[in-house]
Amino acid sequence: MARELLKGNEAIAEAAIRAGLDAYFGYPITPQTELLEYLARRMPELGRAFVQAESEVAAINMVYGAACAGKRAMTSSSGPGISLMQEGLSYIAGAELPAVVVDVMRGGPGLGNIAASQSDYFQVTRSAGHGDFRPLTLAPATIQEAIDLTGLAFDLAERYRMLVILLIDGNLGQMMEPAELPPFRQHTSPTPEWAVSGAEGRPHRIITSLYLQPEALERHNLKLQKKLAVIAEREQRFAGLYLEDADLIVVAFGSAARVAQNAVEAARAQGMAVGLFRPITLSPFPMRALERLAPRARAFLVVEMNAGQMVEDVRLAVAGRAPVRFYGRLGGVEMLPDEVLQAIEQAMRDTRVTKNGARMLDAEVQR
Amino acid sequence: MIAEQPVYERPIGLTAAYTHYCPGCTHGIAHRLTAEVLEELGILGRTIGVASVGCSVFAYNYIACDFVGAAHGRAPAVATGLKRVLPDRIIFTYQGDGDLASIGLGEVLHAAARGECITVIFINNAIYGMTGGQMAPTSPAGMVTTSSPTGRDPRQTGHPVRVCELIAQMDGAAYVARRSLHNPAEIRRAKKALRAAFECQMNGRGFALVELLSTCPTNWGMTPVDALRWVEERMLPVFPLGEFKNVP
Ligand SMILES: Cc1ncc(C[n+]2csc(CCOP(=O)(O)OP(=O)(O)O)c2C)c(N)n1
Ligand code: SF4
Ligand SMILES: [Mg+2]
Repeated sequence: MARELLKGNEAIAEAAIRAGLDAYFGYPITPQTELLEYLARRMPELGRAFVQAESEVAAINMVYGAACAGKRAMTSSSGPGISLMQEGLSYIAGAELPAVVVDVMRGGPGLGNIAASQSDYFQVTRSAGHGDFRPLTLAPATIQEAIDLTGLAFDLAERYRMLVILLIDGNLGQMMEPAELPPFRQHTSPTPEWAVSGAEGRPHRIITSLYLQPEALERHNLKLQKKLAVIAEREQRFAGLYLEDADLIVVAFGSAARVAQNAVEAARAQGMAVGLFRPITLSPFPMRALERLAPRARAFLVVEMNAGQMVEDVRLAVAGRAPVRFYGRLGGVEMLPDEVLQAIEQAMRDTRVTKNGARMLDAEVQR
Repeated sequence: MIAEQPVYERPIGLTAAYTHYCPGCTHGIAHRLTAEVLEELGILGRTIGVASVGCSVFAYNYIACDFVGAAHGRAPAVATGLKRVLPDRIIFTYQGDGDLASIGLGEVLHAAARGECITVIFINNAIYGMTGGQMAPTSPAGMVTTSSPTGRDPRQTGHPVRVCELIAQMDGAAYVARRSLHNPAEIRRAKKALRAAFECQMNGRGFALVELLSTCPTNWGMTPVDALRWVEERMLPVFPLGEFKNVP
């Protein structure tokens, strides 16, 4: 396949089709709508299911229905719509159904705006609904990576019978860049042994998230937690740049990581020992790699297009072994490499190693 | 010796499980009618039910076909997802009045508007049974419930929602009927309506809904017999029986 100029939302839609998407259900919301519009045309062409639902509430429950049949189902939305989907996401998690949800983040809270933001990090990675669960969350930084992770999202969803959320922001959804689409996958989906299809010739099957006995629900929850532990063990993904000798490690995901990378390159050009750590899975968060880096780096600088959300996961991984500073822009304001570079320079100036070897930022020294 | 002649057996569409329904509750009758119709139409093995949230949440333990449990009010959306990927299967929902006529009104209306080829079985017992007897969108004026303790006052809480009349207006709805379970003659008519609603789906004619007026003796605070009489005296005037739509 040749490289073509592709728009993020449409590239994800086509990648989902090539990964064997059987059914898409969605509701218009900027900056995600091209995904729905693209699939409105393409899915019927291929004889696959497409419904513009009456709401995000309905859309996610249609996904639930199609997933119950063991089919590859997907929806996409942005913050306000993801909020409405939370009940359905929780049911999908409780019933252990494979499903893929694309969240193209915009500014919040409330109606906020339609500019790119990363303010749904907590909402998506912490649980994305009531009850104890975490969806697997993938955060691409380029359109090529978005294409690749879309395919991976369906694989992971089916391997673990798990909700997978592809988390991007409006920038990545709306921009165009050269990328290569994968070939069509063989589209055979035999009914999995847990799916409903009609009980002819076998005992009838039930898909539910209801466990009335507390002991039974505890067992179910422990099973879900065990699965999450396996996923945390196997599926942590990240990308690193100049990490070997970095005094300061910038941590950023998605679009913010692209801006941060520009700033890191500029800092390197000035001779500063700065590296970039980019989580690709936000849940499970790449704890292991960060834990390994924590004793070596002098400080961490987390850069996000929000008020500081992933920074909490970084602090958990670093666990006080090095100072962690945050730089962010809110409300969909575009972050520029220069301001990140300034934040890097400031952090480098402030970094001190005390007599007993503790590493601190000046602000913390003074406190 | 006279050989035993069974005249009344458990349909193969019902499991052997004891139901959790209260004595005199007509959910059990509605289950049996559904199971009989699925068996008689020969579609039990290719039918998938969608259970809702309400007293019938465990319908999947009693009706012996594949089943999925939907969130409160969302069964028609779940059924839509199933039907769109399994168009040759028979998909039905089983929903109460709180589930369908309150929290899930949007889903059922739009499924009807789209003409989703599904069958909706709507149990109208004028109350929220499972949560202990609160006012439902279908509670008649004056009805005493735990959340309308002095009787439903339409000036404060509005008027009962007539679902069949509403759904029948949707161009995508092909079969819409209201029947009642309060006496044997009506039960036989209810079964005919269920049969028609499943045949509607088998023939690909569009959306089908059967509303069944039901009892909740427990939360109505009545004996089962008084509850049947209450359906006749208090519900029938508000919810007239009949076939509201039958598009060939
Ligand atoms: C989102 C949500 N809100 C509220 C509830 C609580 N709830 C469970 S059943 C029910 C009412 C059920 O009444 P109905 O649909 O009339 O069924 P019935 O029990 O009368 O057969 C409610 C409000 C819930 N499970 N989920
Ligand atoms: S509470 Fe009412 S609706 Fe529920 S099982 Fe008892 S009688 Fe039936
Ligand atoms: Mg009810």
